[in-house]
Amino acid sequence: MSIIKNKIKAINDKGDKVLSVFLTSGFPNKINFTELALNIFNAGADILEIGIPFSDPIADGSVIQKSSQLALKKGINISLTFDYVQEIRKFSTKPIILMGYANPILAYGIERFAKDSFKSGVNGLIIPDIPVNEQKVFYKNHFNNLDIISLVAPTTPVNRIKMIDGESSGFVYCVSINGITGINSDKEINENYLETIKNTITKNKTLVGFGISSPNDAKKVLPFCDGIIVGSAIIKSLFKEKSPYQKTLNLVRELKNSLFNIN
Amino acid sequence: MNVLNNYNLPDVKGHFGKYGGKFVPETLITPLMELEEYYNKLKTDISFLEELEKLNTEYSGRPTPLTFASNLTKHYNGGKIYLKREDLCHTGAHKINNAIGQILVAKGMGKDRIIAETGAGQHGVAVATVCAKFSLRCSIFMGEEDIKRQMPNVLRMKMLGAEIIEVTSGTKTLKDAANEAIRDWVSNIENTHYIIGSVVGPHPYPMMVRDFQSIIGKETKEQINKLEGKNPDKIIACVGGGSNAIGIFYPFIEDDVELIGVEAAGKGLEFKENCATLTLGKDGIFHGMRSYLLQNEFGQVEEVYSISAGLDYPGVGPEHSYLKDEKIVSYFSVTDEEALKAAKMLSKAEGIIPALESAHAIAYLKYIMPKTKNDEIIIVNLSGRGDKDMETYKNLFV
Repeated sequence: MSIIKNKIKAINDKGDKVLSVFLTSGFPNKINFTELALNIFNAGADILEIGIPFSDPIADGSVIQKSSQLALKKGINISLTFDYVQEIRKFSTKPIILMGYANPILAYGIERFAKDSFKSGVNGLIIPDIPVNEQKVFYKNHFNNLDIISLVAPTTPVNRIKMIDGESSGFVYCVSINGITGINSDKEINENYLETIKNTITKNKTLVGFGISSPNDAKKVLPFCDGIIVGSAIIKSLFKEKSPYQKTLNLVRELKNSLFNIN
Repeated sequence: MNVLNNYNLPDVKGHFGKYGGKFVPETLITPLMELEEYYNKLKTDISFLEELEKLNTEYSGRPTPLTFASNLTKHYNGGKIYLKREDLCHTGAHKINNAIGQILVAKGMGKDRIIAETGAGQHGVAVATVCAKFSLRCSIFMGEEDIKRQMPNVLRMKMLGAEIIEVTSGTKTLKDAANEAIRDWVSNIENTHYIIGSVVGPHPYPMMVRDFQSIIGKETKEQINKLEGKNPDKIIACVGGGSNAIGIFYPFIEDDVELIGVEAAGKGLEFKENCATLTLGKDGIFHGMRSYLLQNEFGQVEEVYSISAGLDYPGVGPEHSYLKDEKIVSYFSVTDEEALKAAKMLSKAEGIIPALESAHAIAYLKYIMPKTKNDEIIIVNLSGRGDKDMETYKNLFV
């Protein structure tokens, strides 16, 4: 069984929910990124998602866009990201997921990417612009050692959610609203949609992301899922401070504290 | 609409060979499927086709003429040169053909808000025009840099009642205007239709835009057969995203006609400042499609350049990528300087001021005409007129 799924299950079995934290690779500081990642783990993150920067991230709002641009300017690429994962792996066994857009991976070489992911200790992969319909052609058979985490959205009909649950491994990434990452919650998350996720996704664990920035946001979705994903709120906080990033680590602690004893 | 005998692309998944597809976030997948389903029903619906034809005739001014370029023909002393006059369409370019088609689709689907990206502003003006005509709210995404470069079109869009959303992310040009339009669409999917301006983006857009633009080739075929009793030997069109080119090529794809696409070589292929995607790009995934893409070794999308804002795009329609690989169409490129010279020459020789984009197609004549015989026929798609480019052209006569 998948390492990611096992981890989520173990946490859920204790009565807690899972916290997955997103960081842009090499951001905010190329030099101490490994240290930041480990501190994020120590502050309470159960899973780490590392974003491979791309010039044209169409699923991302302005915060993650800016962090990607800065990372690119500093020369962050896929090879360096694998180096980070390898370093983090020396000190932590918690699941690490790479998140990135298709084109840099295509340019790196699909087969090479799959091999190097596994070698460096990556557990799963999220590529938002490779929907399930395109996965077979894109991934071929190179990714047997990695979880391919697929997404569902409020526009996804029930039958398709079932199909995606069947295809996905690790967990299903449930996009909370129709929109991009980091949108302030002027849009209410539709409870019927959360209800549908809860009842329809049976094979996989479910993590809800997009627009979750505080324990208060988390509270609304927790009854319907197995955990949350926080990205833009973390990146936004990192933009505002320097190492040792105490406020950001506090945010991670607060978020994780809100996830204990939920079941 | 045109139906060909053997060429039947894209396939049901929206692929042209390995190109095309739907490479977008999950939120957009179901709306794209709904759009595809609705459009597939609509394209055989008699009342839709009648309304489209009526608008093309009475509003846009179709059919556009096929003009014999007698002086240009004399100048080269080879085959006969004809110009397909898309510059005479309402709003001044072929872009209106697609805008009219898609506004009917959007209206039929019950959408009350339209968004679009624009570079030079020609597509933006076409969309603002049909939104005014059909009383739909209209937001046009335009890069900060392009707003500065293309003020006359910005003013036209405002006069037509469109909201201009200035894009300050990334390169602040067409590529990022499209990124922002996609982000807006994801966020407002319930009530908004995105009118993509070229044969690019996720399926069904490359197919749908091609279908609406293929009226250019359909008319051309009828006109040249009436005038000359036969098909042309060669057709030349400029390629940015590639909608005017596909539009004129498509009805001739199965015929024995040499099809030539001309890209923008900018300051020259040896420099970074170009946007000759099919000439220099490689297989990539961008703006929802798999296609040739100008990118660096790490798969980051390159900043591109052309003097013509309408060709200034790092990607290209997936069908063009297929047509290139299958050697059905040949693609070449000409520089800024060659395009400027061609614009000046056409203006003086024929009394027609071409858009900078179309001037790239005209510029290619100097390479091909010396090899033609007198009984050959060459058609150039004059995709738009040059009024918008006078700021650039004025340097030619000072």
